[in-house]
Amino acid sequence: MVTPVLWLVIFGSGLRLSVSIPGVNYLQFLLPGIIAQSLLFTAIFLGISVIWDRQFGFMKEILVAPIGRISIFAGKMLGVANAAMFQGIIVILLGIIIAVPLTLIGVSLAIPIMIIITVGLTCIGLIIASLMTSLESFGTIVTFVNLPMFFLSGALFPVTSLPSYLKWVFYINPLTYGVDTLRGVMIPGWHTLFPMSYELLIIVIFDVVTVIIGTYLFTKRQ
Amino acid sequence: MTAIETIDLTKKFDKLTAVDNVNLKVDQGEIFGLLGPNGAGKSTFISMLCTILKPSSGTAKVEGYDIRREASDVRRSIGIVFQDPSIDDKLTGMENMKLHADLYDVPRDVMHSRIDEVLKLVELEDRASHNVNTYSGGMRRRLEIARSLIHYPRVLFLDEPTVGLDPQSREHIWNYIRALKKRENITIILTTHYMEEADKLCDRIAIIDKSKIIALDTPQKLRLELGGETIIIESNNNDLLSEKITEAKLADNIMITEKELNLTVENAHTALARIVELAVSNGVYINNISIREPDLNDVFMYFTGREIREGGGGKELTGMAARMRGRIK
Repeated sequence: MVTPVLWLVIFGSGLRLSVSIPGVNYLQFLLPGIIAQSLLFTAIFLGISVIWDRQFGFMKEILVAPIGRISIFAGKMLGVANAAMFQGIIVILLGIIIAVPLTLIGVSLAIPIMIIITVGLTCIGLIIASLMTSLESFGTIVTFVNLPMFFLSGALFPVTSLPSYLKWVFYINPLTYGVDTLRGVMIPGWHTLFPMSYELLIIVIFDVVTVIIGTYLFTKRQ
Repeated sequence: MTAIETIDLTKKFDKLTAVDNVNLKVDQGEIFGLLGPNGAGKSTFISMLCTILKPSSGTAKVEGYDIRREASDVRRSIGIVFQDPSIDDKLTGMENMKLHADLYDVPRDVMHSRIDEVLKLVELEDRASHNVNTYSGGMRRRLEIARSLIHYPRVLFLDEPTVGLDPQSREHIWNYIRALKKRENITIILTTHYMEEADKLCDRIAIIDKSKIIALDTPQKLRLELGGETIIIESNNNDLLSEKITEAKLADNIMITEKELNLTVENAHTALARIVELAVSNGVYINNISIREPDLNDVFMYFTGREIREGGGGKELTGMAARMRGRIK
């Protein structure tokens, strides 16, 4: 909770001076990035609950119950996604408090997009948790995934201003499209990298792939 | 009616065989004990019956359902209390119970009456609204037992139900288990490494050692198998004395533990005089001598050559003692 505040208020105010995007207020530009960041961090980090449950023996109780492994995975995913969405919405409220220009339509379109983004991110967390056996190793791996995904998503600066030899890293990061579509709906007149329907399609494909891998690994490894 | 039947049930972890070709039948309404030292394969055995682990080979039937092919039917008909606590301690007792009832599809309209019923059985009804992290170890255990009963299982697995509890809580839990059997006629499979627990509670006992069942009978018959009574002697030269007793064929079985000789004899009172005489004539000084009825501890030792000990895999009889045992048998 404190982190998004720091990013938005302090980082935002500082970087506003050096990054200039024609026609857009930097805070307005940054807000969708920070929303994506809090979705990312919360969703992936809460994968730890799988390891928690396993270590405290609670997972066993769930596993012997007459319910399918897929429903257990789905339940875990919904739980984590819920928490992540909650964080994301808090960031929007924060944006309103610090007077980032927002429209009602922009926010109401952003929420379903946030949900679509969260599904895939949650699965990444659960995939890592399924592969890890200890809390420590989970923490280490998560940092390796979180930070690059965040920094290389264009959350802090526009991807278009980058030299082309660096751009491909951003283009293979699914979060780039998440951030970009969020900007597409939240910033009036924002030009997305690709048409928005393509970007949404990419995110949905990412979701489907991670759900499949996640379900497979989760059922296999418990 | 057979509640559980295993057919060549085997579980291997890499090179280690945890359960080795186990064949057994448990009748409905029976309290069946699996007795063995830690690491003997008891928990693995139970995990397979509960469908948490897949057997490497062989299979088993629980209430007529195959654990490989009909796992979800098996899960519906069993209740289990794990060796390690598996309660969410951030929830209250009641919330834990509701969660479990939902997981097992207990109809909402009977859920509350059932929860009250099982909580009353374990005398936790007045603590149900408290967070589980305020419960004592014994109370958590009781809550877990109550929880495992909400969906009226036909078979109840208790994996070391009283490990780490004080004697009073242990007695408490034994009483619940007995009451349960009487009331519901459910089959209870219990693992333990406490002799007393197995002896007092179980209708039949399987002794497991090194992944195999080495003996299976009622506690009484297992004790009878030892034949007669036990004489325990502490002397200044156990080795010499045991050798002389073997020569004179005074005992059916001799075991040497740290500082004692355990003799199995048909009639301790007649054997005693001769043994003392033998000791005196060979210059062995007897510090202490006592007679007792064999208990399950002796039974375990008789079958495995080791004592069952808490925390460890038991103490091996080595060298002389092992040879002696072999000769007499």
